[in-house]
Amino acid sequence: MPKSHFLESPEIFILPDPKTTRMLTFIGIGLYDEKDISVKGLEAVRRADHVYAEFYTSSLMGTTPEKLETFYGREITLLDREDVEQQPEWLLRARTEDVVFLTGGDAMVSTTHVDLRMRAHEMGIETSIIHGPSIMSAVPGLTGLQNYRFGRSATIPHPYTHKGRTIISHTPYDTIVSNLKTDLHTLIFLDIDPEKGYMTIQEGVELLLHIDSQEKKIDLARRLGVGVARAGSSAPVVRALPMDELVDFDFGGPLHILVVPADLHFMEAEALVKLAKAPGNILDPAR
Amino acid sequence: MGRRKKMVERVTVLMNEPENIRNIGIVAHIDHGKTTLTDNILAGAGMISKELAGRQLFTDSDAEEQERGITIDSACVSMVHEFEDDEYLINLIDTPGHVDFGGDVTRAMRAVDGAVVVVDAVEGTMPQTETVLRQALKEHVKPVLFVNKVDRLINELQVDAQEMQIRLGKVIDHVNKLIKGMNEEKYKSGWRMDAAEGTVVFGSALYNWAISVPFMKKSGIGFNDVYNYCKEENQKELAEKCPLHEVLNDTIIRFLPNPLQAQKDRVNVIWHGDKESQEGKDMLTANRDGDVALMVTNISMDPHAGEVATGRLFSGTLKRGMELHVSGSSKTNRLQQVGIFMGPERLEVEKIPGGNIAAVTGLKDAYVGATVSSKTDMIPFESIKHASEPVVTVAVEAKHMKDLPKLVEVLRQVAKEDNTLKITINEETGEHLMSGMGELHLEVIGHRIERDKGVEITTSPPIVVYRETVLKHAGPVEGKSPNRHNRFYIEVEPLSNEVVDLIKSGEVSMRMPELERREKFMEAGFDKDEAKGISTIYESNILIDMTKGIQYLNETMELVIDGFEEVMVGGPLSREPCQAIKVKLVDAKLHEDAVHRGPAQVIPAVRSAIQAAMLSADDTLLEPYQKVFIQTPQNNMGGATSEIQGRRGVINNMTQEGDLTIIESRAPVAELFGFAGDIRSATEGRASWSTEFAGFEPLPMSKLKEIVTQIRQRKGLKAEMPKSSDFIGQ
Repeated sequence: MPKSHFLESPEIFILPDPKTTRMLTFIGIGLYDEKDISVKGLEAVRRADHVYAEFYTSSLMGTTPEKLETFYGREITLLDREDVEQQPEWLLRARTEDVVFLTGGDAMVSTTHVDLRMRAHEMGIETSIIHGPSIMSAVPGLTGLQNYRFGRSATIPHPYTHKGRTIISHTPYDTIVSNLKTDLHTLIFLDIDPEKGYMTIQEGVELLLHIDSQEKKIDLARRLGVGVARAGSSAPVVRALPMDELVDFDFGGPLHILVVPADLHFMEAEALVKLAKAPGNILDPAR
Repeated sequence: MGRRKKMVERVTVLMNEPENIRNIGIVAHIDHGKTTLTDNILAGAGMISKELAGRQLFTDSDAEEQERGITIDSACVSMVHEFEDDEYLINLIDTPGHVDFGGDVTRAMRAVDGAVVVVDAVEGTMPQTETVLRQALKEHVKPVLFVNKVDRLINELQVDAQEMQIRLGKVIDHVNKLIKGMNEEKYKSGWRMDAAEGTVVFGSALYNWAISVPFMKKSGIGFNDVYNYCKEENQKELAEKCPLHEVLNDTIIRFLPNPLQAQKDRVNVIWHGDKESQEGKDMLTANRDGDVALMVTNISMDPHAGEVATGRLFSGTLKRGMELHVSGSSKTNRLQQVGIFMGPERLEVEKIPGGNIAAVTGLKDAYVGATVSSKTDMIPFESIKHASEPVVTVAVEAKHMKDLPKLVEVLRQVAKEDNTLKITINEETGEHLMSGMGELHLEVIGHRIERDKGVEITTSPPIVVYRETVLKHAGPVEGKSPNRHNRFYIEVEPLSNEVVDLIKSGEVSMRMPELERREKFMEAGFDKDEAKGISTIYESNILIDMTKGIQYLNETMELVIDGFEEVMVGGPLSREPCQAIKVKLVDAKLHEDAVHRGPAQVIPAVRSAIQAAMLSADDTLLEPYQKVFIQTPQNNMGGATSEIQGRRGVINNMTQEGDLTIIESRAPVAELFGFAGDIRSATEGRASWSTEFAGFEPLPMSKLKEIVTQIRQRKGLKAEMPKSSDFIGQ
């Protein structure tokens, strides 16, 4: 890397840390742009022999791989799904050199990364994690919903069409239903697909309403939904509306995420009215 | 023209009188005289001039057919016949006799309710007589018998009047034996051929005369008179006294069912939906006020109107401008023209009510075998089963690069017109592959592409289409998804012949009610859990879900089926289509989150597990065989038999008929290329022969490796024999 790149980035004095060489370090680089990485993470990136990253499980919308390279002052090798899941040849390097693996959000939220860490262990490679901000904590933070009250989470995949038949997964809907039974909120991730694109809150809500119109297990259209767009940016959009209105609300660009809350604690209701422009009637305990 | 116009008016009136309609097909072994018969009936009905009939080969509207003197496309023609002071509409379909075109026969049988089976009095029943009769009975199409070329018995074989009757009796007996063997129930309920009753007609299509026992009683002309007329070379007078069209059409009207009678029975065979539903009742009664239910049996090109779809209308009424649903397509098609066929000409009419054979334009998405309905979700008709399967492939290339886009379009078109033809594009080489039922079939299609569609092509030498199958049980084999979060456990084993026959004959299908299907499979030897778990049937392969209570599996099953079908389209050994394989899903471990078990994960996991399991289960190839029948003068018999024996063939039977020897044999299709030329020179051109599909048999072990390697190289695969571990590494 040319020296000049170092000049554009913040002045951080780096000392080699003898304990962390020859290992694989998973670094969560946060939610939105190049500046979400922790100082500890940035130090590890700059110190590493090789920097790898994958952005197919999650991506940072406020930056680009080029900007990341410029800011970190390091060249980054981007890995696709196949490199991560099937042919971890790059992983072999961590046997003899210091390798870091960058992921969006926090490092271990995607189950694929846990699997990768297991494989590294089987290969005798030492691993460590440097955490980053995660959407799992950003959502309670932005919405005021209490993190204690979240149940299972789920992802809405893009529908799959084959031979004229379209398959819509009912798992996210079933997850909402079972969480509601135990009075828990459901965090719903929206599919990121290289071909079909980032699913929006509108698309996700539409699919859920479609399933509810068939299964009719809960009156989903009249339940409150909370959408969050571009968490981690300087201008996130947070909006709470009944689901049948949420389906028409334009949240702007990606990434989006959705919560279907259970019945609200009064503090949560207040927070949603103040932070997410929820309709005032949710404060009415008779509701 | 005036006469013709009047005919159209009469036809239009009669279309609305189902009791006065007969939809029939004429079927026969090659050269037993179908087309001559059709022409002379048409001439008798005033459709073509009497002088021309017999020479015009009216229904052979394709120049290719007239050149070869055989009939390829089934043309349909409507005519009016008077019987007992009432007028009747006969919709007649002519069908090919050469086995390479067997698909047309099967399709035609779907459209009609009755069949005239033509048998040459001299040759008697021949292999294709048996095939076409079987196809008719399978579709519950009632036969009557026309024993043709009776004059040849008298004038060529010089038999006396008594011997003639004995010979004719033998022909009838033989046909009856066939019918009894194929469907005893129908045989006993009146489908037996009975000369005394009148279901058998004797005659000469060429000389335009025919008689039946009821006609003898009416006209007073008996067998002895017939014998004398022929002997005295006075068949012209005989034809005046016993006109072919009158005798045969009387028989058709009297003994073959009208659409109302026929549909009551036939709908049960060709449609497996709920008979108590409105659509079911409408079809059983040919209700013209019900929803449209049309089965497309033929697609042809009209230079002016474009694609013409011909088919049997089981219920409803077709009118121009209707929006109809074609099975398998999401958009509706608008009917443009509604018409009937009069030989090669199509005539537009206002509307066509249920029970008729219709020719329509505007059904862009239709293909041969498609179900067309005014309902969005009609349960489709059973697919049309063929007695033969595509066993020979050629690669097709455009002679001029500029024609390439047109070639793709033309291939799509010919495949739409002929559903026994399969077109595939080899993704790796970009080759266009055309698979059909034999060398001749593909040659004819090739000529059609050049002549009708104007694309000059070159074709590769033909290659054999093999099938992949397994010989023993293997598994469970574990297949992991690429992300490792999902696991599928698969077992494979061969299906019994009994089960394969059930599937191939269409007796079981995924469309029939589940309980009925389950019972059929249990009768064929499946245990209860297996029969209950059948998830899909693909060609003659079955996927069974043996798991119980696995969460999320229901929404994953469609993907498992996709993975299964991908392997069945091309097996791991050679990428040839699979046959007779039972695949069982015995366990599955799925990821909690739906996004981690999408198509990109599940399909490859299932696919690789099935591939690996098959390779552990003695995966092998089956090769297609053909029956070969040769008739040769005794002097040339040696040449003929050594032609068969030199081709890994087996001679099953040899019989003498006068100075002719008839050889029945079977040989692998792979060895039969070029047979036509070789047998000609081996017998000084004096042998006549025909072939018929005879199913698949395992390739000799000694040839397996050689053939697999050849196929893999041709397809651009790694030449080495694949191993189980190639598919489930790590």
